[in-house]
Amino acid sequence: MPKHDTPLLDQLESGPWPSFVSDLKRQAEKSPQCWDILGQLELSFKDRITHWKHGGIVGVFGYGGGIVGRYSDVPTQFPGVAHFHTVRLNQPSSKFYSSAKLRDICDLWEKYGSGMTNMHGSTGDLVLLGTTTANLEPLFYDLTHDLKQDLGGSGSNLRTPECCLGRARCEWGCYDTQALCHHLTMHYQDEIHRPAFPYKFKFKFSGCPNDCVAAIARSDFAVIGTWRDDIRVNQAEVKGYINGDYAPNAGAHSGRDWGKFDIKKEVLDLCPTGCMSMSGDELKIDNSECTRCMHCINVMPRALRPGKEQGATICVGAKAPILDGAQFATMTIPFIKVDPENEFEEVIEVIEKIWDWWMEAGKNRERVGETIMRLGLPTFLKVMEVEPIPQHVKEPRSNPYVFWESDEVEGGFERDVKEFRKRHAQ
Amino acid sequence: MGYDPANPMVDRITDIGPPHYEQFFPPVVKKNYGKWLYHEILQPGVLMHKAESGDECYTVRVGAARLISIEHIREMCDIADKHCDGFLRFTTRNNAEFMVDSKAKVQPLLDDLASRGNKFPVGGTGAGITNIVHTQGWAHCHTPATDASGVVKAVMDDLFDYFTSMTLPANVRVALACCLNMCGAVHASDIAILGVHRKPPMIDHDAISGLCELPLAIASCPLGAVKPTKHVNSAGDEIKSVKVNAERCMFCGNCYTMCPAMPLADPEGDGIAILVGGKVSNSRSMPKFSKLVIPFLPNNTPRWPETVAAIRNIVEVYAKDARKYERVGEWAERIGWEKFFEKTGIPFTIKSIDDYRLAYDTWRTSTQFKFTNHIK
Repeated sequence: MPKHDTPLLDQLESGPWPSFVSDLKRQAEKSPQCWDILGQLELSFKDRITHWKHGGIVGVFGYGGGIVGRYSDVPTQFPGVAHFHTVRLNQPSSKFYSSAKLRDICDLWEKYGSGMTNMHGSTGDLVLLGTTTANLEPLFYDLTHDLKQDLGGSGSNLRTPECCLGRARCEWGCYDTQALCHHLTMHYQDEIHRPAFPYKFKFKFSGCPNDCVAAIARSDFAVIGTWRDDIRVNQAEVKGYINGDYAPNAGAHSGRDWGKFDIKKEVLDLCPTGCMSMSGDELKIDNSECTRCMHCINVMPRALRPGKEQGATICVGAKAPILDGAQFATMTIPFIKVDPENEFEEVIEVIEKIWDWWMEAGKNRERVGETIMRLGLPTFLKVMEVEPIPQHVKEPRSNPYVFWESDEVEGGFERDVKEFRKRHAQ
Repeated sequence: MGYDPANPMVDRITDIGPPHYEQFFPPVVKKNYGKWLYHEILQPGVLMHKAESGDECYTVRVGAARLISIEHIREMCDIADKHCDGFLRFTTRNNAEFMVDSKAKVQPLLDDLASRGNKFPVGGTGAGITNIVHTQGWAHCHTPATDASGVVKAVMDDLFDYFTSMTLPANVRVALACCLNMCGAVHASDIAILGVHRKPPMIDHDAISGLCELPLAIASCPLGAVKPTKHVNSAGDEIKSVKVNAERCMFCGNCYTMCPAMPLADPEGDGIAILVGGKVSNSRSMPKFSKLVIPFLPNNTPRWPETVAAIRNIVEVYAKDARKYERVGEWAERIGWEKFFEKTGIPFTIKSIDDYRLAYDTWRTSTQFKFTNHIK
């Protein structure tokens, strides 16, 4: 494959940020189809429009997801990218790798693909960009036999679950995000590989309310770590922060002189519930008022830690705006134990209640958050057999249009209008 | 052995899932799993996590382009082999992290990274700007309204000093999605770069019969702008097709997703909208959606100067005006959105007033407002 002139893309080789153009050129020396990626992309930069055709269904036998078809709309100019399908590899939980594993993946992709990847895709998969239909089955054979790995999800199925790094390297993981993510990924292989849902369904697992994997914004089923007892306080370390022994917010603000740390201004006054006060040098927290926002813990990580009675809050139904508008996930289960000892059976029970209902009630291409929106949160809570509590809403409804049911009203809905007329003339 | 095309189902292995995560933990992580006490950011891009055992894990975070080659990954592996017992990890924001178990090992690692040109910039921690979560764009997608990798490169080149420093009032999360499908989930970012279309779809009447299920194309439109019609195609045959009521079109592109005979991308029509003030974390205030403040900027390749300048302006005004810990959205809500527009000098247009579903929630139903320069 010949090199193409790329005067526009070449301008993206300068500057301090890593250049994907330089990287593509480097790969092209080994994988000549990269010259055609560069050529077609240059044409897009010139034309200011994409040159990829609309999808195309390709895959490996027995799977309905994991491969996304992609074809060039200028294949004669750029034959190296005429077929250029995406392969989604299910990443290991929280994306730790050994170099040996990554090298094996690189070798596989050098053999069967373009050599270009995304580390990682938005859903969490390790994405291999660009191969031909003929290469898919041999690639899958080597992937499963030699690398002992598998594809992720695509289409109307359970998408590849993703989690934060949790207890591996963070002090705030209120449950074992990686264990739950891995367990459910293995438990639901069929749902990941064979689309049977109204639309996509995403699991995301964050260990604390800082929510580093954005579970509440982008997953249908968000499990976010929390605790229900008291924040653990080390008063000596609180003094350390007050005395300036430690940088607040773990040093996150050290690039600018913000003045001496002021616990009142930076912690107490920014607490959304005002549940903290100082008694002399001692920090007091009225834990019954705390909403576990994490601000105080973020600012003084040596002094404050989440409580010991840990678990998770489950929020359901987030999605990006297409089509009715963006939705955050709605708080559904305020506190649940996340227990590896019983193989997370409490969490699995919640998931399957949602699926049983949504697979019946959901319309084609309707995310579960939209189904809940269409049929109402009260309906969803009944389905989930969850007792309605004030925590389910930001505020009570302001309209009086309650859908009373016949058996909730004394005497029911059946009445005799003739009897009514005997007492009330027309 | 190996794949036999004549017998594709022989010895087939399926549904084995991903490899177990634990085998990829560096020793210090494996040993101290679940037993971390606290962390500190020692300098931009360098974190130290302290365990109950007294062990320390030092992490060096480097930016990456997301669209990266296996040659680049192999270079990362070389670095991991040399300094990190052969382990590394990636973050959800497309950074890579190299971990070592003692402070003495940090500087040699930093020196090695710095010796490799601009391939491994160290930063992306604390009150700065980390990597831009983004999508495929023109490099690999069929529906984009802008590129992804090119825009991100241009913006990150410009914001680079914020990647390698921690001088902002809080962390600023920037995200890019190249069309309204928002694979990049930019709807809850401090600054969102969003590819938008502005021309209604064209109808390819010669192709539609073979490509599309007309009822699905019609049902795909949230505003009922796609209607059934009859049309005489180039061959002179009357066929069943669709028409689009342009006045109702909101340019979401959902019809094109369902029907490839309805392309809407266009060099002049497509470009970028800027949304600001979203957040995901529950810290202090509840999660917030990003709000549309600039409805359109053109796709001026290769470096999108209008988009780069607009983002720099927002970051600089925010950096100067916001209080410590305030995210962009928290700052805008404290000063009021009218003040946000006044201070940033971004022209307020009717396009920032919601007229889609649930719009009423965003209208002001109070006499409380500030007299800014918008009121003549």
